[in-house]
Amino acid sequence: MFDDFIVRAFAAGIGLAFITGPLGCFIVWRRLSYFGDTIAHSALLGVTIAYAMNFNLIIAVFVVSCLLAISLLFLQRRTSLPDDALLGLLAHSVLAIGLVLLGILSFIRIDLMGLLFGDILSVNFTDVLFVWIGGSIVLTILILIWRPLFAGTVNLELAKAEGLNPDLATAIFTLLIASVIAISIKIVGILLITGLLIIPASASRNLSSTPIQMAVISSIIGIASVVLGIQTSMIWNTSTGPTILVITLSIFILTLLPLKKLLISKKKIELSDKR
Amino acid sequence: MNDYLVELNNCGVSRNHKWLVRGVSLKVSQGEIVTLIGPNGSGKSTTAKMSLDILKPDEGTNNIKKGIRISYVPQKISIDWSLPLRAIDFVNLVKKHKTSEINDALSITGIKHLIYEDVRNLSGGEFQRLLMARAIAKEPHFLVLDEPVQGVDYPGEIALYKTIQEIVKKINCGILLISHNLHVVMSQTDYVICLNGHVCCSGAPNTVIKEPEYINLFGKNIDPTLAFYQHDHDHEHLPDGSIDDSGRDS
Repeated sequence: MFDDFIVRAFAAGIGLAFITGPLGCFIVWRRLSYFGDTIAHSALLGVTIAYAMNFNLIIAVFVVSCLLAISLLFLQRRTSLPDDALLGLLAHSVLAIGLVLLGILSFIRIDLMGLLFGDILSVNFTDVLFVWIGGSIVLTILILIWRPLFAGTVNLELAKAEGLNPDLATAIFTLLIASVIAISIKIVGILLITGLLIIPASASRNLSSTPIQMAVISSIIGIASVVLGIQTSMIWNTSTGPTILVITLSIFILTLLPLKKLLISKKKIELSDKR
Repeated sequence: MNDYLVELNNCGVSRNHKWLVRGVSLKVSQGEIVTLIGPNGSGKSTTAKMSLDILKPDEGTNNIKKGIRISYVPQKISIDWSLPLRAIDFVNLVKKHKTSEINDALSITGIKHLIYEDVRNLSGGEFQRLLMARAIAKEPHFLVLDEPVQGVDYPGEIALYKTIQEIVKKINCGILLISHNLHVVMSQTDYVICLNGHVCCSGAPNTVIKEPEYINLFGKNIDPTLAFYQHDHDHEHLPDGSIDDSGRDS
């Protein structure tokens, strides 16, 4: 079954969208979209190192992402610069270091377009395994840390006062983002992964009234976008990663239509009739 | 052994070489209401946070009895628009409760009808009642209330304070209360601490009320039922918060 590249593409894409749903919700809730971007920027350095040392790509990217997250924590404590300035500083310096290193190690040939935008149609069976096993681990950990992470997102001091450990949950969450970005490189590429994290969650926000609902709908929107995106890209012969994102955007625009308002106002009329 | 739930010993917090509050000692035991009063910026919230161990004191020690359930009603919470959150989800924030427990807690604070309402649709007063309901639902041993009635209308305010007393009786918890309502402070509290960067005076309300310090702070002829908060100084605070002793009479 996994001989077919289309089947592998669907399997990898669906698996990825499944985890980016709930993870993306937390990124939106905690206003971390720029953080996702920064980690993605560091991927080039990870890829370069992986090629230079002949090392597994996903693990190299994950390690570099984690180092980046640690440097951010360090900078936050040592300077009083605002977070977005620090993230900008890190994102672009790491990207530059990656490019310089790539220039020095001239024997490495990297498909830059593939790295930036991914190529879901070229994933192999190992990549699919990485997505599903890695994805399951990420999802399990996210469920385990859900309560402290969520309570800390709503109010950090309240969560701390009442005996949860939101700081630990946040640190673990950072590692989860790093691993999902590492997993996603071959699928949507480093430029588009933030989109896959944020757009389904944003679209889902327009449709949901509880946090868990938002996380689930976000996954569903992501999966629908992957399925429709792969098919559309086959029909129009467009690159698949960007097509998936365009579909996600279309769904987001659809959720802006006052469909829910119509439903709610109908419900309210029914309720007021009952009263 | 002391049977206190929380104890602060000569605690102080400094930020950027400036003491926010210093030399605070207090104890809260089971079934007791301890109240902090004082003007804005006097270190009330900072003291509350030390008693919750959110802030580590830079001086002195804070002890919290091990294994107790703690509820906190912070002064201000803002919920981001990106978060879809209903009243029931908010009550379940730190600990998941049975729906019956949630209904009970919401009934006590008078907002049972809002259980499935989005928290951003609640008015300031309703949200304050929700914060209180969440704190009660946990049946805490130690409850910290940081100005729990701000934005609540006057009848609601009295009702909420009555509720607080009922809770103390029902679940026998210790309460650390920050309040501006002097009437409530004087009639329903076991111990009062007046802060202004340091402890100005403290004691049981009926003894504090007779002390010259208290009269200096709140005036002579004020009927506690009509009292509004006045902080007449017996000393001057310099712009950096330290105390100018040169102008003192005694």
